[in-house]
Amino acid sequence: MNLKERVKDILGDDLLVMAEFRGDLCIEVPSKRLTQVLARLKEEGGFDFLSDIIGIDNIDLYVKKAKKGKKEADEKEDVVDIGPPPPRFEVIYLLLSLSTNERLQVKVSVPEDNLELPSITSIWRAANWPEREVYDMFGIRFKGHPNLRRLLMWDEFQDHPLRKDYPLEGKGEERHLDYDVA
Amino acid sequence: MTKKFETICITTGPTEYSDYVTLNIGPIHPAMHGTLRVITKTDGETIISAKPEIGYLHRGVEKLGENLTYTQFLPITDRLNYCSAICNNVAYEMAVEKLLGIEAPPKAQLIRMIMMELARIADHQVCVGILGVDLGALTPFFYLILQREEIYEIFEWHHGARLTNSMGAIGGVEADLPDRFHEKWPKLRDSIRKANDETDKLLTHNRIWMDRTIGVNAFCGDDALDWGFTGPMLRACGVRRDLRKDEPYLMYDKVDFDVPVGKHGDVFDRYMVRMLEMEESIKIIDQAYELYKDFPEDAPLMKKVPKIIKPPEGQIYHAIESPNGELGFFIKSDGSDKPYRIKIRPPCFMVYQAFEDLVKGEMISDLIACLSSINVIAGELDR
Repeated sequence: MNLKERVKDILGDDLLVMAEFRGDLCIEVPSKRLTQVLARLKEEGGFDFLSDIIGIDNIDLYVKKAKKGKKEADEKEDVVDIGPPPPRFEVIYLLLSLSTNERLQVKVSVPEDNLELPSITSIWRAANWPEREVYDMFGIRFKGHPNLRRLLMWDEFQDHPLRKDYPLEGKGEERHLDYDVA
Repeated sequence: MTKKFETICITTGPTEYSDYVTLNIGPIHPAMHGTLRVITKTDGETIISAKPEIGYLHRGVEKLGENLTYTQFLPITDRLNYCSAICNNVAYEMAVEKLLGIEAPPKAQLIRMIMMELARIADHQVCVGILGVDLGALTPFFYLILQREEIYEIFEWHHGARLTNSMGAIGGVEADLPDRFHEKWPKLRDSIRKANDETDKLLTHNRIWMDRTIGVNAFCGDDALDWGFTGPMLRACGVRRDLRKDEPYLMYDKVDFDVPVGKHGDVFDRYMVRMLEMEESIKIIDQAYELYKDFPEDAPLMKKVPKIIKPPEGQIYHAIESPNGELGFFIKSDGSDKPYRIKIRPPCFMVYQAFEDLVKGEMISDLIACLSSINVIAGELDR
């Protein structure tokens, strides 16, 4: 049985979309069932190693699509339907099977009005810092994380720098170094 | 002692640990490798807890990547793991090549392999040398760093830079092996072996070295996998995993080499794994060089790629075995000339998050030994 069939077999209804690009398999699962899905992939699918967790801000993709749609509409003098905006954020879990050396990307969508995902630190302790980094960079909160603080930026920092609406040069924030740790 | 200085160095902990002393190590301290900071709670000299704080070298590399073209991002990858910049370059180039659906010509692949293994030797030499310095053995450092300088000479002949290499380009490498390499390599191989031999004689059976390293922060393989360890750290714990063997890329499936594996995951095993890996790297270079000699002088080194690279829409993840472990690049493309999202998976990020587990119950001086043996590079940790 190849990887696609095996994943289909294990997940059943939890599998929303399956896509392959250059040999990398990416599946989408509902965010509510994330912990169960990842636990089943670990137990039954043999994906026993968590490589990384990646956050993505998709807003620019939609902006680009909307611009293209408007241009098309102007040319045709007709209304072009580009559909509703997709959920703004997505989080990708990179899994690896140590026995078969297969990799799998598990994707969940996170809408802007509900920036919360279950933490998977109970399944892999390796998820600890990557989840903190996603929180730091995108503002997605992980429910059940033992220590959800900023990782790379300092604690008083307000924004989330890897969001597409954060400027490249920053907003002129300064870190005030006062070492009153006591 | 002024009051300000006192608060930086030693403060008493919160009330529930009123008997323990909070000791802040770093971010600027000679024994911390780069800008790292650990806040430890100690009982006498025993560590009760150690909380690493990172981000002091965060330069927003991933944000920069979204605002630069695919070619412009290449020099930035040098600044990740600056001890073996070539491995970062090749990892990034190969990720973009996978995104484009092309493969470098075979001769270029062999040149990449030779250069990457040289970089691996240089990286391990620094790691072992510094580990020795931190534990009070200064002499091996001089033997090893001298050989590293010779390796950097080859890099300089090939692409003009010693440390920030920016080797190759998307689609291949820019230049053939330099003419001087053919005479240099047999001599360099012998001198690297000699330096390793001297280091081995000085350290491995040294009573003080054994006392300071054997059994210090021993770690078991299952825990290591749970924490996401890769590379020499994982192999020292007794797990045979090497991406060069498990997911062969370039021409690693055409060369014959062993994967050294430790048993206890302590500082000594990490040191031994690194020492043995250098010998394996020499073997790989020798075989790759034999394969390289079969190619004619005018064999192509570059695949034809457009001047402005515009990969199709899609996302890929590609990982290679860097000296520290699995170094992966995740790239999402939206069809334009700039990547939509770049995520770097640095190997020591995963190892360093388990730092508290590694050093709990050890002495302060073992914390420094642990830090050197992990080979944390702040550049790739903070990105």
